[in-house]
Amino acid sequence: MYPEYMRKSIRRVEKTRSERLKLARSGKTIFPMMSEEERQEVLDNFHPDYKKDARKKVRIGPNKGEKITTKVVDVLEAYSRIKPEYFDLKHPDYETDVLVIGAGSAGFSASLLASENGADVLLVTKLRIGDSNSMMAQGGIQAAVRPDDNPLLHYLDVMGGGHFDNKPDLVKALVSEAPDAIHWLQELGVMFDRNEDGTMLTKPGGGTCRPRMHSARDYTGAAICRTIRDEVLNRPDKIKILEHQPAVELIKDDKGNVAGAVLYHLENRNYFTVKAKATIIATGGFGRLHIKNFETTNHYGATADGLVIAYRAGANLLYMDSVQYHPTGAVYPPQILGFLCTEKLRGLGAQPVNKNGDLFVHPLEPRDIEASAFIRECTDSNMGIETPGGQVGIWLDSPLIEKLSGPGTIKKNLPAMLRQFERFDVDITQDPILVYPTLHYQNGGIEINDHCETKVNGLFVAGEASGGVHGRNRLMGNSQLDLIVFGRRAGIYAAQYAKKAKTGALTLSHITEYDKEVEKIGVDKKHISPMVLPDYTPSSVKERQHTTEYQGTLR
Amino acid sequence: MPKNVPMVKVYILGEGFDVPEGSTIITALEYAGFQLTVGVGCREGFCGACGTLYREKGDYKLQAGLACQTVVTDGMNIAQIPFVPAEKPIYDINKIDPDIDAFKILYPTLFRCVGCNTCTKICPQDIEVMDYVQALIRGDVARAADLSFDCIRCGLCALRCPAEIVQYNAAILARRLTGKYLLPKSPDLENRVKEIAEGLYEEELQKLEKANAETIKKRYYDRDIKTG
Repeated sequence: MYPEYMRKSIRRVEKTRSERLKLARSGKTIFPMMSEEERQEVLDNFHPDYKKDARKKVRIGPNKGEKITTKVVDVLEAYSRIKPEYFDLKHPDYETDVLVIGAGSAGFSASLLASENGADVLLVTKLRIGDSNSMMAQGGIQAAVRPDDNPLLHYLDVMGGGHFDNKPDLVKALVSEAPDAIHWLQELGVMFDRNEDGTMLTKPGGGTCRPRMHSARDYTGAAICRTIRDEVLNRPDKIKILEHQPAVELIKDDKGNVAGAVLYHLENRNYFTVKAKATIIATGGFGRLHIKNFETTNHYGATADGLVIAYRAGANLLYMDSVQYHPTGAVYPPQILGFLCTEKLRGLGAQPVNKNGDLFVHPLEPRDIEASAFIRECTDSNMGIETPGGQVGIWLDSPLIEKLSGPGTIKKNLPAMLRQFERFDVDITQDPILVYPTLHYQNGGIEINDHCETKVNGLFVAGEASGGVHGRNRLMGNSQLDLIVFGRRAGIYAAQYAKKAKTGALTLSHITEYDKEVEKIGVDKKHISPMVLPDYTPSSVKERQHTTEYQGTLR
Repeated sequence: MPKNVPMVKVYILGEGFDVPEGSTIITALEYAGFQLTVGVGCREGFCGACGTLYREKGDYKLQAGLACQTVVTDGMNIAQIPFVPAEKPIYDINKIDPDIDAFKILYPTLFRCVGCNTCTKICPQDIEVMDYVQALIRGDVARAADLSFDCIRCGLCALRCPAEIVQYNAAILARRLTGKYLLPKSPDLENRVKEIAEGLYEEELQKLEKANAETIKKRYYDRDIKTG
């Protein structure tokens, strides 16, 4: 429960609520949207990406000389976890047509479509299958389906949200396949929310010009991910699964094409080799790098592994100077610090207000703008509320949702949120939620074209690991869509490629070469990537681990 | 973590460790020096990887929770259950009708339910598990889908069930059948998929794809916004 000094601020929020409710009901805009110039100003001054130490030049690899996010450079400028000479590549442990790395919704979609297109699939993952960011997405998935909406409007929204940096071919694929993606998911059995007349329930999201967000309560990502996981599990003759075995390097052939991967079993510490005609990286993002020491909404395994191994194999990155901070991460209670408070809260009418209960930004600006405005309110304007633990946040006035749409609305539409806070004795139907931006999403990634191909033959990428479709800022609901649209595409095109591919002799020489480059720039030998898992062992424990050796973050 | 936080003692696999008060089971395990490779996933209560059994000080009852969502108490005894090796039948969703017969064939153990309510009591999501099992026994697939909607597949229900029912796997089948067959089809969706297949927006999309930044920017800032 909130301590008394925070209650005082909540009473001020309650005081302004009826006026704000009137405003919301009036149909007029609640707070003016920012102009292009205002957007740029708030980003320049308050977005963490624009701070001096946010980026640095990467000194090796395909993007050499480019400024990218500092902690990403740190995992790129690192030695491999493996010694190539240890591996007998003439006798790989597994052989397959298509290797899919990563078992979230992109990996599942890719596996399903690759198998439907005649390929045998090996699906490998670091955690259990489905333990992914896909599973955690709450708010929704975009598709222009309503009669007053269309793919052209969706296209414009995606471009504007991404600051017009998006790759047009990818955006076109994303928006034009969106309705079919929803249809595919429905036919596989995803229970999307419906209106009483049977049409899909759609809500607005940040930066959308139409209510375009399809949802499954606030378990949208879970509803999608667990459904297609079940479908993957129903095809054991075509899709083989290996859990707790992350890929730690790609294998190439003597023609320079990607031809499989090296897996590391986290439990028995064995390494295994996979020979594959085509390889799909669907490993997700980088939240557990804790960029700029932010808390994150991401799952335990989100350590940018796919990015690192693809980069070593010669694939270039796009927009890796850009990080998405979700505007509404939980700040209180401390047990859920950094956890996601879905944008659907604002889609349903919750308003962000400061310690006096006053509005200071439109509730549904694109995420980077909204997050920057929150940071401004908490820093320069000094209108945030401090927690007993020293974090600062602003209020998200959730009780307004039920004032607008009636009692029971939150239980019906936001059961995950209600439960999350109830577990720690906060009732979001009665009290507002304290929020602050949290590290959420990797806007950029490995550059792909609309066939999910990278610069390196045989290597395909789908989902958050890829870069280009969202430009430098993704809108709500376009990630879930990305996973399905490009997951399916990767499956199709990888299967087609596998049919024609003639894989040569396997090699890991690119690892040896890359390690030499790392050595040349004078990196400490102990610096190893991919990270695989974050290290949360306290120093007091480490001091007593006299005979333990760490390889990067792993013991 | 600030230095003056009071500590509590928790027992991990029987051994006592002092951890900061207010820790969740996951952060307590990590504070005690365990580097987790299983029994951990999303860390926000959505993936079901961290089902955990625990017993509180002076209590005989075995309780269960998600390690990422459960705050430790002084004297708590903890054992993680990262995985339940339960049966998962294989089926083709296109060849099943959304009725009781599907469940008779694929999940016959459902009909052995003794109504003990152990599944409901153990569910960390507070789902009425026994009620949805009973709904399936009655052939009310849609009701089971609705009641089980918030399931995260931690498997604790199946673990404790005296009738050997695999509730959470039966539940995903109920939801898939409901989503595919029982919910109304959206005419707008069918129509839009058809329009796109016929190439209705293709020419305009190609124009947008080729348009220069200035044109796109202008169209973006000029577009009308409807939120309702």
